[in-house]
Amino acid sequence: MPEQDTPSQPVAPYTKMKDAGTPYNTGSRCRQCGATHLGRCENCPKCGARGALDEVELADHGVLYNYTIVHRSLPGVSVPFISATVDLDGGGTLRGNLLEVRPDPTAIEFGMPVKVVFRDASTAVENGTGYLAHFFVPAKETQQ
Amino acid sequence: MSNDVFIVGIDMIKFGRFENEKPESLAAQAALLALDDCGQTIQDVQAVYAGTCNGTMMGQRMLHYIGQTGVPVVNVTNACATGATAFREAWIAIKAGLYDTCLAVGSEKMGKGMLVPKNSGGTAIPTEGLLGSGVMPAVFAQMGMEHSRKYGTTFEQFARVSEKNHKHSTLNPKAMYQRETPLDMVMEAEMIAYPLTKLMCSVNVDGSAAAVLMNEKRTRELGLMDRAIRVRGSALASDPFSERNLVMQDINTVTRLAANAAYEMAGVGPEDVDLVELHDCFATAEIPHYENLGLCAEGEGGAFLDSGATALGGKVPVNVSGGLLSKGHPLGATGIANIYEVSTHLRGEAGARQVENARIGMTHVVGLGSACAVHLFEKA
Repeated sequence: MPEQDTPSQPVAPYTKMKDAGTPYNTGSRCRQCGATHLGRCENCPKCGARGALDEVELADHGVLYNYTIVHRSLPGVSVPFISATVDLDGGGTLRGNLLEVRPDPTAIEFGMPVKVVFRDASTAVENGTGYLAHFFVPAKETQQ
Repeated sequence: MSNDVFIVGIDMIKFGRFENEKPESLAAQAALLALDDCGQTIQDVQAVYAGTCNGTMMGQRMLHYIGQTGVPVVNVTNACATGATAFREAWIAIKAGLYDTCLAVGSEKMGKGMLVPKNSGGTAIPTEGLLGSGVMPAVFAQMGMEHSRKYGTTFEQFARVSEKNHKHSTLNPKAMYQRETPLDMVMEAEMIAYPLTKLMCSVNVDGSAAAVLMNEKRTRELGLMDRAIRVRGSALASDPFSERNLVMQDINTVTRLAANAAYEMAGVGPEDVDLVELHDCFATAEIPHYENLGLCAEGEGGAFLDSGATALGGKVPVNVSGGLLSKGHPLGATGIANIYEVSTHLRGEAGARQVENARIGMTHVVGLGSACAVHLFEKA
């Protein structure tokens, strides 16, 4: 894999890079109650366990739990876009833009499988060049 | 004599846009109206609980307009539950026996347009529109979409909430807007965040509301029991952990927690409630809240609306004031304005929009983050 000329900076604090430059999202899993939370947690918001959370790599696959199609947003944001809430396989919930689907409720299905991809932020917002953000795209039907 | 707390005076200003006013000057207007409602003066007030979401020391600044008596003033902020939280703090203080007369006031000067959360996530660049959307319409659109996912609730049903509440507002002279919005007008209005059109979003307006609370002894001494409203239940909840809450705000669980606590304290059930003012900051919120507040069975909120049960003249009218959708939603004032509406019906003074034979009324507000306040009231 050729390295990028200018490495992108992840937008979200929970996005990290593997040695090969592959981005992934991190979460915290509680050793006491088993809950998985997005990003780093010192203590568990579910059960209150202190210092019992392990950093985990969140899956890059999940299913669409919920969404809205945003037509009015802030200046510099490309509209319409689909704001999606995705339950990741293996735990954790992630919010992001769902791409490659027509922004129309008849084209979007609850529970549809999606894949997490990382792209330059400029695809969604002005001044995003050089920043890396996660997006969702429909997962191929053949993938299980 | 019980240690119950009573509302003896309560009022709100007509919501609107007041370019030349400040939160404290609006609060002063409402405070004087509430004091006049029970024939009291600022000298009779032993403590002030003031709520606003923008600015500090609003309560003290208000007293600069109506009398600096030196009493304790507590300023509270709890997002859209601010006014109800201020009210509840006054209730707690009287309940504790510290004072016999307190003033609760809520006031807000709103900007125009959408409320945008601050970039507090420690991200390199702003994430709105990049990592999905966190603006209020998107949050509440998803509240509706989750209900659609579970129960098949439709865009049209959510739009009917707005049609109903706007129709109610035509009977409320204190509502910002007093005009009907037929269903097709609601559905054809500019789409903001599906399934919310512009007419399904509450109105950003300025406003204030205030209440004078008293213990039973003082209420009787002053001969104010005739129009007094008994606080039967008062509950405040923060968002308990629920799956996805930290990514997709869960407005349901916190509401259920507060509602159940209020019912338990009051010793009444949803079947006893004659009218409700609930937090219809967006039209999608109202249908799930029918279920959260126990007004109908799980999953039947849409059908409950369709049946007319929540319209004026129905089984349990909801938001006969016009709701936040049409009366307007000045954040800090809303909680007390809702209590004003319910009190007015329990007193039998609501005129053309009077809910007949109203005996028990409920108010509900949710501040995102989250805080939910639920109150139950009864004519004394």
